[in-house]
Amino acid sequence: MYSLNVNGKVQKVDAESEMPLLWVLREVIGLTGTKFGCGIAQCGSCTVHVDGQPVRSCSVPGSAMTGRKIITIEGLSDSSSHPVQKAWAEVDVPQCGYCQSGQIMAAVSLLKRKPKPTNKDIDLAMTNICRCGTYQRIREAIHVAAGTKKLPKSDSGEVAALVQQIKV
Amino acid sequence: MNQIQTSPVQISRRSFMVGTSAMASGGLALGLNILSPSEALAQSSDATPEIGIWVVVKPDDTCVVRIVRSEMGQGTRTGLAQLVAEELECDWSKITTESPTPGQNLKRKRAWGDMSTGGSRGIRGSQDYVRRGGAVARIMLVQAAANEWNVPTSELTTANSVISHAASGRKTSYGKVAAAAAKLPVPDMKAVVLKDPRTWKIAGKSVKRLDTANKLNGKLIYGIDLKMDGMLCASVMDCPVFGGKLISFDDSKVKTLRGVKAVVRVDATTVAVVADTWWRAKNALDQLPIVWDEGPNAKVNSAMIADHVREGLTARGDYAGRKEGDAINAVANAAKTVEAVYSSPFLSHTPMEPMNCTARWTSDKAEVWVPTQNAEASLAKLAETAGLPLEKCDVYVTDLGGAFGRKGGQQDYVAQAVNIAKQFPGTPIKMIWSREEDQSHDFYRPVSQCYMKAGLDDKGNLVGLTLRLSGQSINAWVNPSAIKDGKDERQLQGFWSQPGEAQLGYTFPNLLTEYAIRNTHVPVGPWRGVNTNQNGVYMECFIDEVARAAGKDPLTFRQALMQNHPKHLQVLNAAAEKGDWGKPAAPGVFRGIAQFMGYGAYSAAVAEVTVSPKGEVKLLRMVLATNAGHFVNPHQVAAQVEGGVVMGLSATYFGECTVENGRIKEKNFDTYQMLKMAQMPKVETVLVPTYDFWGGVGEPTICVVAPAVINAISAAIGKPLRDLPLKNSGLKFV
Repeated sequence: MYSLNVNGKVQKVDAESEMPLLWVLREVIGLTGTKFGCGIAQCGSCTVHVDGQPVRSCSVPGSAMTGRKIITIEGLSDSSSHPVQKAWAEVDVPQCGYCQSGQIMAAVSLLKRKPKPTNKDIDLAMTNICRCGTYQRIREAIHVAAGTKKLPKSDSGEVAALVQQIKV
Repeated sequence: MNQIQTSPVQISRRSFMVGTSAMASGGLALGLNILSPSEALAQSSDATPEIGIWVVVKPDDTCVVRIVRSEMGQGTRTGLAQLVAEELECDWSKITTESPTPGQNLKRKRAWGDMSTGGSRGIRGSQDYVRRGGAVARIMLVQAAANEWNVPTSELTTANSVISHAASGRKTSYGKVAAAAAKLPVPDMKAVVLKDPRTWKIAGKSVKRLDTANKLNGKLIYGIDLKMDGMLCASVMDCPVFGGKLISFDDSKVKTLRGVKAVVRVDATTVAVVADTWWRAKNALDQLPIVWDEGPNAKVNSAMIADHVREGLTARGDYAGRKEGDAINAVANAAKTVEAVYSSPFLSHTPMEPMNCTARWTSDKAEVWVPTQNAEASLAKLAETAGLPLEKCDVYVTDLGGAFGRKGGQQDYVAQAVNIAKQFPGTPIKMIWSREEDQSHDFYRPVSQCYMKAGLDDKGNLVGLTLRLSGQSINAWVNPSAIKDGKDERQLQGFWSQPGEAQLGYTFPNLLTEYAIRNTHVPVGPWRGVNTNQNGVYMECFIDEVARAAGKDPLTFRQALMQNHPKHLQVLNAAAEKGDWGKPAAPGVFRGIAQFMGYGAYSAAVAEVTVSPKGEVKLLRMVLATNAGHFVNPHQVAAQVEGGVVMGLSATYFGECTVENGRIKEKNFDTYQMLKMAQMPKVETVLVPTYDFWGGVGEPTICVVAPAVINAISAAIGKPLRDLPLKNSGLKFV
């Protein structure tokens, strides 16, 4: 038995000391927004914040997180009001959406360190895997969240970025 | 090669429509709540009126559109709703969707049609009847208003869910007349005249997806996230060697571990640990001593498979394919010849959400909650495995965390979950595969090689081409009856002569294409783009080699061969123009071009790369043009194009499932690499809609990604690259 501070709430955890934080969150505490993708810290779907830093929760034991502040996607904001979530919605980033909790947590952490990240900064910080292929939109949404880019809109207000239509 | 079995494992075929009962149920309002089936049942007594079968209109004007295709990220839910809303002329801001179950579909004699979601058919395969569904609902709503006001329907107009009568200035809303409309007879859907797509106001526009909000806050419940009262979790291991068997396991060491309930045999090849949480089940499984009979394939490796496939490149026989003119003699007598052998490996689908299925079985009812591309195939597999009639079974489809073909026709994972659940009557069992299990037990993109030879005359004109494809047949594994007299046309996808689906865009004076089936013990199946992927590489990279030998520009060389294929050519020209083909590139930048057809749509791409002296490839930009006839949501079409680029590049650069000792060697993302942000090029999508046919979107463009990029790299390094993945050619991707 140990205690964890998750999304501002301290709670008792009754689990084996070696159970990874990911599974403590998902199966003991019941927060399933953080996803399992590989179990070996390769894909980043399980990214959460520990004391503000991005951590791949599948590969750290929950018991080692006692006394630290854990934030999951569920605790990022009330009603998706975080600027990164709003930018994600504006760009319509997700396809299947499965990796996006981890992508958003990684992006929030990047923007904390570098409020106006360059493309190179994004390349270095955003190493989470997206199998659907949303990288281009993630990059765009990070720039939108940083305020360094406004989306071009067509007359009808549609997002027109990088789509051209040829009239034939 | 006697270790490699040449006949596939017989997989029971779907016998879905045979002997199903057809109970009609009137006025069923569907409300599926995946978390609580009892609640869903309660909603069937909801009085909310159904207007035709595709639309429910609530008193507050909310229009609920029914969607029976699965949503795995491709955006079909939004696109289909746009098509219905367009004809319904409803207020888009008040659209929601719901999904009938396959059991409900069956009860209404499959009123909602095919539920399978593959082959890029989600939109093109259902656009006609869902648009008609929207149109008849509008007619019924207008009729209800006309009846109330006692005016002819011809005097009424509709817009944004409001019905107006100009002569009297009266207005009403869909919600207000819905109850009356629901009582009217449903007009003949076939008699409805649909709108000209060029006048669309909701369809054809880049409206936002309907399903984004819960993907940003962790609230969307995927199959893997399900929680049910009393639920137990299962972790499974199938014999790592395909064709092997489970002999025994010793549960004495693990059954006392915390939370472990039981270790059970799932079927002839698979064992499962069932525990109160999945991590505990998986942890126990990792420690479980298991004895396998690895069977006859335990010594097979990739080199042996490559030899087996290579033999098919030259073996004499009577093969599937095209025989036009006398290509063998034309090439033999040509002034100049070019020849090459290309190859591509097995690939896994690797959706981010690992395979999972939750099943609950009793002797009277069986249900699964499952991320599936084909709810009806899931239902058929459930009924067969549960030993119950179809009407005592049902399937609740969760949104899929990716699929790419893995979660479609092959319902192996449903059978596993049901086989476990049968051993725990009444208890919901959530079975989840580890990533290692997913990599080890896929239906892989098949291995193949291709030998091509082309002849040129003394002016550099192509006089003939011979092509021999050899490799594993998807049909042999999943649909053997499609192979006639040992000939399988499907593997030649993209080289076909018939128009409409995957036609070769060239006319060669003499052409011979052949496919020699060379099967292995490795299960194979459709993988996004299926055979157009490797066939696109073979044709389009070889055409570049031939153009180079002819001393001609790759674009003009292609154009000369495409005069009989105006739609292919139109898209190629669009990509070339927007991709700046023929314009000077920056120093060190090289371009590649490709075109190909699959899934009823035409695609072409231009890629721009630099390659450093150390072999570091930087892909700067890709321009992709496509014509699927109509584009229901351009921004989401572009998302599919971008997605095809990412999946295509992962395969081109890194993708390779190696067979070692009969099993797959690459078990997780550390050895099975994926493209990441830093390697993502700028992608520009060019849509070329001609409004005269309906093609696919999810798959067609992936097949031009690899050849365009390979052609650009080959131009940069001055030599052809013929073997996938490119990481084996000493290149690095930055």
